[in-house]
Amino acid sequence: MEITVTVNGTPQTHDVEPRLLLVQYIREVVGLTGTNIGCDTSSCGACSLHLNGEAVKSCTVLAVQADGQDIRTIEGMAAADGTLHPMQQAFMENHGLQCGYCTPGMVMAATSLLQENPNPTEEDVRLGLEGNLCRCTGYHNIVKSVLAAASANA
Amino acid sequence: MIPAAFDYVRAESAEEAISLIGQHGDEAKFIAGGHSLLPMMKLRLAQPSVLIDIGRLSDLSYIRDGGDHIAIGAMTRHMDVETSDLLEQHVPLLAHAAGHVGDPQVRHRGTIGGSIAHADPASDLPATTLALGATYIAQGPNGTREIAASDFYQTFFESALNADEVLTEIRVPKMNGAGWSFQKFNRRAQDWAIVGVAAWRNGDQAGVGLVNMGATPVLATSVAAAIAGGASVAEAAEQAAADADPQADLNASVEYRQHLARVLTRRALETASA
Ligand SMILES: Cc1cc2nc3c(=O)[nH]c(=O)nc-3n(C[C@H](O)[C@H](O)[C@H](O)COP(=O)(O)OP(=O)(O)OC[C@H]3O[C@@H](n4cnc5c(N)ncnc54)[C@H](O)[C@@H]3O)c2cc1C
Ligand code: FES
Ligand code: FES
Repeated sequence: MEITVTVNGTPQTHDVEPRLLLVQYIREVVGLTGTNIGCDTSSCGACSLHLNGEAVKSCTVLAVQADGQDIRTIEGMAAADGTLHPMQQAFMENHGLQCGYCTPGMVMAATSLLQENPNPTEEDVRLGLEGNLCRCTGYHNIVKSVLAAASANA
Repeated sequence: MIPAAFDYVRAESAEEAISLIGQHGDEAKFIAGGHSLLPMMKLRLAQPSVLIDIGRLSDLSYIRDGGDHIAIGAMTRHMDVETSDLLEQHVPLLAHAAGHVGDPQVRHRGTIGGSIAHADPASDLPATTLALGATYIAQGPNGTREIAASDFYQTFFESALNADEVLTEIRVPKMNGAGWSFQKFNRRAQDWAIVGVAAWRNGDQAGVGLVNMGATPVLATSVAAAIAGGASVAEAAEQAAADADPQADLNASVEYRQHLARVLTRRALETASA
């Protein structure tokens, strides 16, 4: 089936099998490998990206379900001149990553969270990221990063 | 993990979805948010040969004041139920329970209709709407019909919905200021309930729904009868497992589930009675 999606502002048209998962489409067809696959069972959040502006787990969405929709991945977060998105900057400054495997998903979930709740408490951040696991267990600094990004925005 | 191959068609209306499923028969399935169906297809626990996508039926995504009830379109996502001002005002128990489903990413995709049609006894919204005395509206080739939540759930993943019917609306009576509480017991954030309790109380009237206490969501009628008969919260909560037939699994034995149901029902009714 032919689908057209906008990925990080660029329209893309491809012929895909209906069973192709959105995360495979992004990684293998579009060629953007920043979106990681961790569990492949909707649990870890490593595959989080924005579908129409909201974080979703792209291992649990079919590419055909995204036809006609707007997708943003971690590659689309920094400005064209390379300036990091405030959330990326906050993760860098607050040591919000160790190995970095969960980081793209964390950044996408955290930016979606701040759109819905621009002034979260620490508890709001912890609950808002409950769908994202960090195998390095660096949660303390991840939460610190998100709170820093929220106050930088304010 | 990749699902078995299937054909995909997108329905533009409920009528079209019903006619498509009529054409394709048993091998076809509706997909709404896909957050119960896709995980099952990836594990090959489900292998439909045709998927009929009803996820774009945006005219089935709404939350409206229906006078004595709130009407919720089946395609309304958990996140929209959780953040609805209308529900917060008139059916706060349901808005709150929706906020306990999975995690934010799951709530951005999963729908209330999918949750109910899937009829998983471990899901939060079937037991909650059951406790609230909801009515579900189904549309089929011969028109629409109303199904009381108390008649809907048959056994694990099976409901009174016919294969060629689309669940279109969930009608939930207004709570009229009743006290309420949703208690979900799990070990890790984001997990399903090991046992959950949705409860409301208004004077001597009460409703208690149990999550993951049997093959269907359970209405704890013995608890409501005890409250109506003047029992204390502690006495009534002792009846919490009386209507349930829970199973043992990796998380909990039968006895542990029964114990949790009693403890969580007591806590829920204490809050709802305060
Ligand atoms: C990681 C994860 C965690 C979760 N945690 C929880 C949790 O804690 N609590 C909880 O309650 N749920 C949980 N869920 C499930 C979630 O609530 C699902 O969104 C919901 O159960 C199904 O809704 P859906 O729209 O995704 O349905 P789908 O997966 O699209 O469909 C489910 C079934 O219902 C049928 N169906 C769907 N809509 C209709 C309709 N309108 N008419 C007729 N048939 C229909 C489909 O054919 C399919 O058989 C979780 C899911 C995931 C992936
Ligand atoms: S890979 Fe999608 S949630 Fe883990
Ligand atoms: S930084 Fe290693 S998994 Fe999170």
